[in-house]
Amino acid sequence: MATNPNRAAARRYTIRLLAVMTVYVAALVGGQLAMKNGLLPDTAAIAIALVCGLCIALTFFVMGRFMVEMQDEFLRMLMVRQTLIAAAFALSLAAFHGFLSDFDAIPRVDAYWWPVLFFIGQFIGQVSNRLTYGTWGSCK
Amino acid sequence: MKNRLKVLRAERDWSQGDLAERLEVSRQSVNAIETGKYDPSLPLAFTIAEVFGLPIEQIFDPKG
Repeated sequence: MATNPNRAAARRYTIRLLAVMTVYVAALVGGQLAMKNGLLPDTAAIAIALVCGLCIALTFFVMGRFMVEMQDEFLRMLMVRQTLIAAAFALSLAAFHGFLSDFDAIPRVDAYWWPVLFFIGQFIGQVSNRLTYGTWGSCK
Repeated sequence: MKNRLKVLRAERDWSQGDLAERLEVSRQSVNAIETGKYDPSLPLAFTIAEVFGLPIEQIFDPKG
């Protein structure tokens, strides 16, 4: 029986994402623990910070590969739509926050929260797809 | 754009899943095209026409 190319792409996406997230969690938790116990030299701390950042960058790459490998044009359109909504959500909040903190209206926050908001925006994009097109966009 | 996908599918006693398998797309795609929520690309429209053995204009109505 022939393998559904869309399901195969989804499987590859899941495996890649799990691999990246495993490295991310290991680096983050390991780094934090080592730092708390004073076992982390400065250079190692920078290396771990870069690994964490690289994992987030790789997450975007993995998402991009999924879009490229997705053969189903409708599902790909939903993914693009979802990603645009996520980007608009995260970047708009980043801009609002930037200006508000610039005028000392609210405290500054660490910049790594913006990708987190992007991932929340992905969920908002999925909800929007569900409401507009009647599907969450999963490969069934 | 209106289309006759649902009628043509019913004539052949195909489910949305059956048609999706023949077109190598998801069932959601077939549903979205059938309900007019999504207009297929030209290559997919040609594949649909080929699967039903009909010219594109007998399946899709651009004035709809």
